Amino acid sequence: MIPEAFPLQRAAGRYRVAIVGGGPSGFYAAEALLRSGQSVDVDMFERLPVPYGLVRFGVAPDHPKLKQVTRVFDRIAEMPGFRFFGGVEIGKMPSIGALRPCYHAVILATGAPVSRLMDVPGEGLPGSYQAGDFVAWYNGHPDFRHCKFDLGTERVVIIGHGNVALDVARMLAKTPDELCHTDIAAHALDALAASRVRDIYLVGRRGPDQTRFAAKELQEFEELADCDLLVDLDDFQGLTSGPGADTEAEAALTMLRAFSTRPIAKRRRCVFLFGLSPLGIEGDGHVQRILLSQRQLNAQAISSRNIAIDCGLLFSSIGRRAAPISGIPYDEARGVYANIAGRLAADGGALPGLYACGWGKRGPQGTIGTNRACSAETVANVLADLPQLGEPPRHPDSLLGGKSIPRYVDYPAWGRIDAEEVARGRPKGKPREKFIAVDEMFAATSEASHVEP
Amino acid sequence: MPYVVTDLCTGCRYTECVSVCPVECFHIDDAMTYIDPQHCIDCGGCVPVCPVGAIKAAHKLPPDKVEWIEINRRRAAETPVVASRLPPLPGADERKKAIVLR
Repeated sequence: MIPEAFPLQRAAGRYRVAIVGGGPSGFYAAEALLRSGQSVDVDMFERLPVPYGLVRFGVAPDHPKLKQVTRVFDRIAEMPGFRFFGGVEIGKMPSIGALRPCYHAVILATGAPVSRLMDVPGEGLPGSYQAGDFVAWYNGHPDFRHCKFDLGTERVVIIGHGNVALDVARMLAKTPDELCHTDIAAHALDALAASRVRDIYLVGRRGPDQTRFAAKELQEFEELADCDLLVDLDDFQGLTSGPGADTEAEAALTMLRAFSTRPIAKRRRCVFLFGLSPLGIEGDGHVQRILLSQRQLNAQAISSRNIAIDCGLLFSSIGRRAAPISGIPYDEARGVYANIAGRLAADGGALPGLYACGWGKRGPQGTIGTNRACSAETVANVLADLPQLGEPPRHPDSLLGGKSIPRYVDYPAWGRIDAEEVARGRPKGKPREKFIAVDEMFAATSEASHVEP
Repeated sequence: MPYVVTDLCTGCRYTECVSVCPVECFHIDDAMTYIDPQHCIDCGGCVPVCPVGAIKAAHKLPPDKVEWIEINRRRAAETPVVASRLPPLPGADERKKAIVLR
């Protein structure tokens, strides 16, 4: 079809790029495109009506300073050429296939939403959950607002030694007073206030010198109001870091050593255990214990024995992977979209016009800013390819209205949701009280703002 | 408590920190980078990527480096933001070797 057939075709000669996903990597990709000096328009599609991805639904409520990064995202959203379409799930309606004819390039910034499974018997018994589900629940993610976690139990086991495991443990360990002035979802604050949890076991497969804990996150455990720290280093006294040791893991080890000498006096305990691999989960209709294989390091030999830890609640936090999408090449081993420096690739060749950035490109690692460098790399390749990519036959606005995109939240409408959430939080001394249902979010875009005059 | 660039950066200025800063709070002069404490969000992402270990949390600075808190604050106000990575200064790799071996 010839472009003249489409009167909507605005700005001839400008490139159009769609970004799927409104989290950090998507925003940094938009920034790199819009700062490139090239004539590029960017449309960002986000499944939920609200932007920021894991900054809103992943970063823990007691890390408010990190969330200030949203100011940077808001500035990016103000750049000329940027449009936001919130509440539009690409893949259901419309599909990637429907986006392709409207854009020169499509960048997947959809993250790594699928939790890796432990793959042991009993996984999925009531009482056995993914850590990511708990995180999404306490952060008010609409898909997880109806979750129920069995906080009437006294002992919780968390499998995995990364920062998500630390977030889960810290949220379980904190008192209502330590949480009530955060942006934690109201349902989670109520449930955690009634929690009977006393013991929180953080169980890892490897040694204390090989955790994925950030020392900075570990350090926050020293300041918990009502939780002691126990670190079992009995099997790991002689550890010394070899040459080329990971500095972050080394800093974490130093911190864990310091924990192991602290006095015990508080109501709750956080117990760090090492060298334990899950074998199975047992219980009669509900989790009652986890069986673990314990690696024993003697002078020369490595042996193992099986142990059991009784618990009524279990979280697995052993990694995440990108969600497979029909027609998009997937790297099963790494759990990412198969790509070469952000260019999607199948059978050794690049798929023209399709890209990935963020966790869906490199896996779930790094801090928020790591996405900036990651998205910049992808965008450099997009910009290099754009002149060779064909003129898209359709205009993006042809997707709007009708059944493809019946409704959406643009950035000014998100601003109204935001103001409403902040106003709802104010009487409670919270930075915001999030809306937790998609329909509530849409409703808040049309209501008169309740912020003070 | 923001993060602080110390004198170990002087003469190297690798700027790996700049590429991972989510909020563009790094400033630069001819010798080194500085962190704007008003804009740093304490993510700590820059600490492990610095090839010479020049960046520290303000509260963890040894006594002889505490002055760098004020130097970062002052120089960040006087110097431009650096938005993307630059080539290191000439001689940076030799300096880095000397620092790592020290």
